[in-house]
Amino acid sequence: MSGNWSLYIIILTVVNVLGCFWIIRWTAKKKTAEEAKQGDTTGHTWDGDLQEFNNPLPRWWLWLFYITIVFAGIYLALYPGLGNFAGKWGWDQKSQYNEEMAAADKKYGPLYAAYAEQPIEQLAKDKKAMASGQRLFLNYCATCHGSDAGGAIGFPNLSDNDWLYGGSGDQIKTSILDGRVGAMPALGAGLTPERLDAITAYVLKLSGREADAKQVEVGKAIYSELACFACHGQDGKGNATNGFPNLTDNVWLYGGSPGQIKETLQKGRMGNMPAHRDFLGEQKAHLLAAYVYSLSN
Amino acid sequence: MSSKVQAAEVEESSGFYAKHKKVYPREVHGLYATLRVLGVLTLLGLYYVVPWLSWDGHQAVLFDLPARRFYIFGLTFWPQDFFYLAVLLIIAALSLFYFTALAGRLWCGYACPQTVWTEAFLWMERKIEGDRNKQIKLDNSPLTKVKFYRKAIKHTIWIAFSLWTGFTFVGYFTPILSLGQSLVALALGPWEWFWILFYSFATYGNSGWMREQVCIYMCPYARFQSAMFDKDTLIISYDDKRGEPRGARSKKVDPKEKGLGACVDCTLCVQVCPTGIDIRDGLQYQCIGCAACVDVCNEVMDKMGYERDLVKYTTQNAIEGNKSSILRPRIIIYTLILLGITSALIYNMATRIPLELDIIRDRNALYRTTSMGMIENIYTLKIANMDTEVHSYAISMQSDFNAKLLMRDQELVIQPGQSATFSARIEADPADVKKISQDVHFTLVAKDDETLRVEESGVFIGSGAR
Repeated sequence: MSGNWSLYIIILTVVNVLGCFWIIRWTAKKKTAEEAKQGDTTGHTWDGDLQEFNNPLPRWWLWLFYITIVFAGIYLALYPGLGNFAGKWGWDQKSQYNEEMAAADKKYGPLYAAYAEQPIEQLAKDKKAMASGQRLFLNYCATCHGSDAGGAIGFPNLSDNDWLYGGSGDQIKTSILDGRVGAMPALGAGLTPERLDAITAYVLKLSGREADAKQVEVGKAIYSELACFACHGQDGKGNATNGFPNLTDNVWLYGGSPGQIKETLQKGRMGNMPAHRDFLGEQKAHLLAAYVYSLSN
Repeated sequence: MSSKVQAAEVEESSGFYAKHKKVYPREVHGLYATLRVLGVLTLLGLYYVVPWLSWDGHQAVLFDLPARRFYIFGLTFWPQDFFYLAVLLIIAALSLFYFTALAGRLWCGYACPQTVWTEAFLWMERKIEGDRNKQIKLDNSPLTKVKFYRKAIKHTIWIAFSLWTGFTFVGYFTPILSLGQSLVALALGPWEWFWILFYSFATYGNSGWMREQVCIYMCPYARFQSAMFDKDTLIISYDDKRGEPRGARSKKVDPKEKGLGACVDCTLCVQVCPTGIDIRDGLQYQCIGCAACVDVCNEVMDKMGYERDLVKYTTQNAIEGNKSSILRPRIIIYTLILLGITSALIYNMATRIPLELDIIRDRNALYRTTSMGMIENIYTLKIANMDTEVHSYAISMQSDFNAKLLMRDQELVIQPGQSATFSARIEADPADVKKISQDVHFTLVAKDDETLRVEESGVFIGSGAR
């Protein structure tokens, strides 16, 4: 907030509080004889016979008004309310959030710490730990990977024991903590439609599906020509260290229909698993890795 | 006399605000006073005793907010049962309409916590300071040792009673036995301290100091109840045809000779009134319908040898000499609605199935195509076992098209009072999926108890062969 706005708000607030005080003082004073006497009607009539009496309120009611003004003064001194003035207690939402997070960490921290000491493969057999792991998964992972961890187009299936980056506990944990980036370059410019059909046929054949034998032959030559083997290997089995997909297993991250395979070849793909080290921390990632591991082991 | 008092009051006050005049209600005996004492004893008794009862190994009545479970004897309510609270509130509101239309401010006079606790505080005050006259005298006397001690004892007892009330209140939300132990060890949490002290303070302030002012200035019920009155509603009223002209006289004198009515102008009806009004001025919004004036006036009439009921429960129509009937359309309609809703609630509670199934469809992807070319939808099943025993459940799915339910967990075992989350998939051949969106019906049933059975519908989304 700029200095002028801050000043504007301070003045507005203070004037309002003082204005309230003035109104209370002014209305509480005895009025001239013109006004209705106490106990008399004010002369207003509604619905034919409803009249308003000028009955006094109890004195303590007046005190309540004064108390609210005192409260406002104390509040404005302790809490933010006067423009840029942060208040004596320095309260803000961010520190309140941090406090609550710290309290939660204090409560659940020991639990995660105890889990983090067990090897992932062993932790995956702990039913109670897996119930916690499932809750974490539903919170943090299910948005992309699905509540059953079965994935979706572009988001890997985590429950089928087929791994791009390796399926050991530690490899899964590394994927969660540091993220993964999997890029398939776009080959669109170097491929005529005929050649695209041919290489698609070869990829289909690799995964054990039906394809035209003649086209497969042509496709195989293009596979070598474009150096697809550099990543996916001579045999098409990929490379788990670098996350190059296995083309022979009929598991498709971006869809296995001929059309989807063509799109992958032409336009390339860019997969990105974000890093969660700063966000979740080591211990939660450990438990999550164990949960993901438990899904296929 | 009362008009003189009022005139004096007006002169003393200035502006919009007036100094409060303390009301010293005189002790009263009689039919309605007995009824009120019975009401007070029953309600306070229930309030202080109920949290100490136990049922099936838990506190009989416990509103466990952190765990989101309400225990009321054999019943356990979950947040899903919030509906019942809504119905209960509707019944409470309708009862208020019903009883108010029938007999005015019955609630205010006999059952309102403000009345009930004030009665208890008044009783303590009388035991310590004596009756009305002694109280007035004590308050008007200069501060002496005796006065100081009397007041100190009174407030100490009031505060002790209030603290016990606050403690009991929190005992409805935190198990009272462990609360008591923490209290003895002074190891309560900050919120427990706050609520015990706050509720105690409210009890002490409202019943000791505020009293009738709560009814007159604060209570919204007090004001809108009069909107439910009609000319056949029972109200407490002074029979001024019989009573006027009022005046003191000897018991031996025949009032007719002196030209007097039945009212001896003893002002006892004013002295017993907990809100400090004069019922002879007619029906007033301050009147809480406690009938103290009826009791005391009948006593006086008996002493004088006059007919009773100079002040009595009657209706506007009866006062005006018209025909007055209690059974009128308004009462009959209220009765029918009240009976209908109450029996529906009881029926619903009696047939309530302590099992809940929620089907939550994954929304991150409309559907998934498997490597086999099948269409899959993913669901999260939340199952809550609200029963008191552990159950193993079986789930099945029916659909209008050819589809299969696949569960990762084969065993659906849930501990009593727990809920669990399971993931489920429904798989279908795209050739069988004719519609973009269609319903699928899940049935969950306990393997050991056929009556624990719920059905829920979900939606299956597929590309649809077009």
